[in-house]
Amino acid sequence: MLSVQNLEVSYGAIRALGGVSFTIEAGRIVTLIGANGAGKTTTLRTISGLLRAKAGAIRFRDEDITALAPHRIVARGLGHVPEGRMVFSNLTVDENLAMGAYLQRDPARIARNREYVFSVFPRLKERLGQAAGTLSGGEQQMLAIGRALMGDPKLLMLDEPSLGIAPKLISTIFEKIVEINRHHGITILLVEQNANLALEISHDAYVLETGRIVMQGPSHDLRANPELKAAYLGG
Amino acid sequence: MTAPAPTRYPRPHVALLAALAVFYGVFAVSDRIDPYYLDVLVGVGISITLAVSLNLVNGFTGQFSLGHAGFMAVGAYLSSAVTLFLGPRLLGEEGGSAFGQGALFLAALVTGGLSAAVAGLLVGVPSLRLKGDYLALVTLGFGEIIRVIFMNIEPLGGALGLNGIPAYTNIFWVLAVAAVTIFTVHCLVHSTYGRGFIATQDDEIAAEAIGINTTRYKIVAFVIGAFFAGVAGGLYGHFKQTISPAGFDFNRSIEIVVMVILGGMGNTVGVILAAILLTLLPEVLRSVAEYRMILYSFLLIVLMIARPQGLFNFKYRFGRAKS
Repeated sequence: MLSVQNLEVSYGAIRALGGVSFTIEAGRIVTLIGANGAGKTTTLRTISGLLRAKAGAIRFRDEDITALAPHRIVARGLGHVPEGRMVFSNLTVDENLAMGAYLQRDPARIARNREYVFSVFPRLKERLGQAAGTLSGGEQQMLAIGRALMGDPKLLMLDEPSLGIAPKLISTIFEKIVEINRHHGITILLVEQNANLALEISHDAYVLETGRIVMQGPSHDLRANPELKAAYLGG
Repeated sequence: MTAPAPTRYPRPHVALLAALAVFYGVFAVSDRIDPYYLDVLVGVGISITLAVSLNLVNGFTGQFSLGHAGFMAVGAYLSSAVTLFLGPRLLGEEGGSAFGQGALFLAALVTGGLSAAVAGLLVGVPSLRLKGDYLALVTLGFGEIIRVIFMNIEPLGGALGLNGIPAYTNIFWVLAVAAVTIFTVHCLVHSTYGRGFIATQDDEIAAEAIGINTTRYKIVAFVIGAFFAGVAGGLYGHFKQTISPAGFDFNRSIEIVVMVILGGMGNTVGVILAAILLTLLPEVLRSVAEYRMILYSFLLIVLMIARPQGLFNFKYRFGRAKS
């Protein structure tokens, strides 16, 4: 579904990614774990076209998307939930969802996606008329995911969905991610600092360290890896 | 006497037509109104047009432009050129009929607006890649460049400017243009397409991540804003009957920006009220002569400390999402 080859990205003179490669098979949950500054967010932003790669290639559903503008990439079915629950705080929940369907033209399909979002996050339906800025952190994250789902993605990239959310809600959000994947066949690329949680729900994992993939494999195996345990899983 | 705010009405089209009818009524009895008040009212109407159009860029789309006076200059010069140089040829030496003058003026205003919009496109395409203070500096620079260009075009009067522009501007034209500006900005921002402006302002990365072409929105806002600034410039030129590059300097841009900030970014009603207040204030303060500008500045400081969210911003709006 997605293949990234030798991706290199720099911020001015500072190299953020030094040749990152990985592939994602359709229907999987793949996680990218790593410490702060390892290049996880940079990777996602480059895939969705928000940042430009210096070298390397990104292929999505057998098409080279490396040089495409962000809105063209979204239109091809690649959704991105940015880090820090970036909802449009001045717009209502309803309007935020409508913005998510910005590139959708078929009203029947939009209505269906809406119902689907409500089935995953019933809480959003109760808050339709409320300004997104007044929602709790967890609700904003639900809205950010719901908004991306309105764009009818084949692959959904989630950037740190657990960031700054009440612990009780984190497990709910992760259950929903699994649900989106399992019941609706949407492939997931999950970036997480909470490695334990990410490895628990994912099929495959890649470990990113200062702009390079240093470890990869089935999540189940990585959880047992002593090196990884020491570095990311708290012993 | 204030331009109505379509925000309050469920049907902006009806409100616009009603407003135009009322303004025509005001115009019909305008010879019975003290000319001084009429002049002030014309100033207020032009300010509203400038502030509401800039609000589309600075308020709704979140781009800080400091070059609005430059676009106003383009509109003022080009529309005056139409009435000065083409007018006598089209209408004859006697000045033609009232209808002919009206049609000529409308054509001149549209020409001024469109040229300003083209200037906005030329400035916007390269500079809107920049953000925040960088964009502010670049637009400031472009505004000054436009002014200096006019200063050096001899057929347009050079540094002396243009004189003897026909006095076509009247209270109806000014208020009608203000109403059309408010109507356009309101309908644009409240349309499905227009939510993209607010989304761009709220969070650019999130907007791009859901497939909004934020660059295009910024350019569209910039071009539409420039168009109405150009029309306002045309009204200004045919009101003052003389224009010079000095009248469109950077102070003028700042004045418009202050109206937008004081009214509350992205709040049309607030910006209209601020435009009215800031145009009337120097008139009211005329009695204290030399202390006028000190008092004006002092009031601005006090207002910004007391109501940083905008003087007339009563609807609580949330800050940007923290990233």
